[in-house]
Amino acid sequence: MRSDRNTSAPLGLKIAAGLGLAFLHLPILLIFLYAFTTEEKSYQFPPPGYTLKWFAVTWNRPDVWEAMGLSVRVASISTAVALVLGTLCAAAVSRTKFFGRETISLLVILPIALPGIITGIALRSAFSFAEIPFSFWTIVLGHATFCVVVVYNNAVARFRRVSGSLIEASMDLGADSFQTFRYVILPNIGTALLAGGMLAFALSFDEVIVTTFTAGQQSTLPIWMLEELVRPRQRPVTNVVAMVVVLVTFLPILGAYYLTRDGDQVAGAGK
Amino acid sequence: MTAVLFQQVSRHFGTVRAVDSVDLAIAEGEFFAMLGPSGSGKTTCLRLMAGFEQPTSGHIEIFGETAEGVPPYRRNVNTVFQDYALFPHLSILENVAYGLMVKGVGKAERLKAAEEALAMVKLPGYGARRPGQLSGGQRQRVALARALVNRPRVLLLDEPLGALDLKLREQMQEELKSLQKSLGITFVFVTHDQGEALSMADRIAVFSDGRIQQLGTPEEVYKKPKTRFVADFVGSSNVLPPDFVRTLGFGDSYASLRPEAITLGDGLGRKNFAGRVVATSFLGAANRVTVEAAGARIAAMTPASIAPPALGETVTLSFLPEDLHPMDGAR
Repeated sequence: MRSDRNTSAPLGLKIAAGLGLAFLHLPILLIFLYAFTTEEKSYQFPPPGYTLKWFAVTWNRPDVWEAMGLSVRVASISTAVALVLGTLCAAAVSRTKFFGRETISLLVILPIALPGIITGIALRSAFSFAEIPFSFWTIVLGHATFCVVVVYNNAVARFRRVSGSLIEASMDLGADSFQTFRYVILPNIGTALLAGGMLAFALSFDEVIVTTFTAGQQSTLPIWMLEELVRPRQRPVTNVVAMVVVLVTFLPILGAYYLTRDGDQVAGAGK
Repeated sequence: MTAVLFQQVSRHFGTVRAVDSVDLAIAEGEFFAMLGPSGSGKTTCLRLMAGFEQPTSGHIEIFGETAEGVPPYRRNVNTVFQDYALFPHLSILENVAYGLMVKGVGKAERLKAAEEALAMVKLPGYGARRPGQLSGGQRQRVALARALVNRPRVLLLDEPLGALDLKLREQMQEELKSLQKSLGITFVFVTHDQGEALSMADRIAVFSDGRIQQLGTPEEVYKKPKTRFVADFVGSSNVLPPDFVRTLGFGDSYASLRPEAITLGDGLGRKNFAGRVVATSFLGAANRVTVEAAGARIAAMTPASIAPPALGETVTLSFLPEDLHPMDGAR
């Protein structure tokens, strides 16, 4: 039906695309909007009035701080664990050849492909089978399973682009393994690790499903929000916290995007 | 003194014998070439010297010290890599100073040494650039400076000129040679280019199938190839089959005869044979005339000043008996 191939997309398609994007993002704006409403029990539109008092209320709620603190600690430690294990695993898979290498690569990636609920149930039954009490560390373990994948995926791609002769050249010039890692490997994979770490942090920070199965009495921030939704008291506090969560997870993801985009010319071979 | 010593050194990868019972002694200050086609074991030998590979069996010494089990970073040996392997995240000066940095030499001192090394390879003032901003020939020089700044006792070069174009390659050949003479360092280089090996090396080891086929000066290897492989690989020697060698009055073995040792016509004290001309080609300084004699194709170099014979013509060719070299090996 089109008479000219060079014209832009038809108006109908443009509208459909716009509606699709609006459907994705408007609800987030609504969350922000209701952080400022004066009505605290229900979400009526438009809000009857606007106020900043919920920020102060949130600031003074100890349960928010507790949940936030727990989430930050869990995300930090899971990311740290993931950085170490993910880097080591990526180095092994990309630098050496050994029996079962492809299998290991698949097994490392599998946890992120599995539904979170499977990972959660599996970990929960494993913990109770081994009679490990639920604690801060069981949450960290649960989160580390998918954080490792993110770091590994970022690092393995970069490792493959660091030419093997660079490492040999470093050893040849007198650097031992540690110096070679510090002066040659780390500068070349550093941005990939940072990006992977940021993504891992963001993933861990808003994780609900695995946490539900691996946490004991503690609540991470997302769990706290879930609990908060069922009781209609000071509802906008939840919205204020949601805004903070969006910022805390969105900024690292944005950072990771820019870091991996610019990292392309860093790791080429010497040629 | 012996710089590098191999005693019955083998390196096997699974069932592949990359290096097979190699004996080798490279003298101090020597410019030594390891020549061979790809997969002949020459690069594995170089990597055994650098320490990137460990021998499956046998014994290696570098300046009298046992080398097996010693990691690359504890050997007083440096390598110029085939792909140069410059660190892309460091400047040229930092690249050259890298070896001194990891050894803990102070910053001012190592940067000064790096500047001097860059001047030595004729790249003064390039220190601030990145490897990506340099041409192939310049990167080659940086790789050389980065190795030499450590004052190694042996410098290993893996196909150092392979990636350069012809003119640059000839220029670098001369520079490498004069650099080696002035520094007095033992150079060991790997190449598949026989011209490069012949023009640069003091001695050549010709490799095939993990073994050294012949070890000698360029002249020996060129004029008196020991095996058919060497005769074929080093230049364009004629390999004469045993039947033909017998008809010429020599023993019953393969023999080599260089094209430039053969002339058109007969002369005093020369051996002659008749052949039918099957091809002629003009090479600038000479003509190559290929004849068929007793079932073998034999090439002769004749001066360009003499018009080559016509195709199909039967001509008499001759050579001095001492130019024909019987070779080892089964027929």
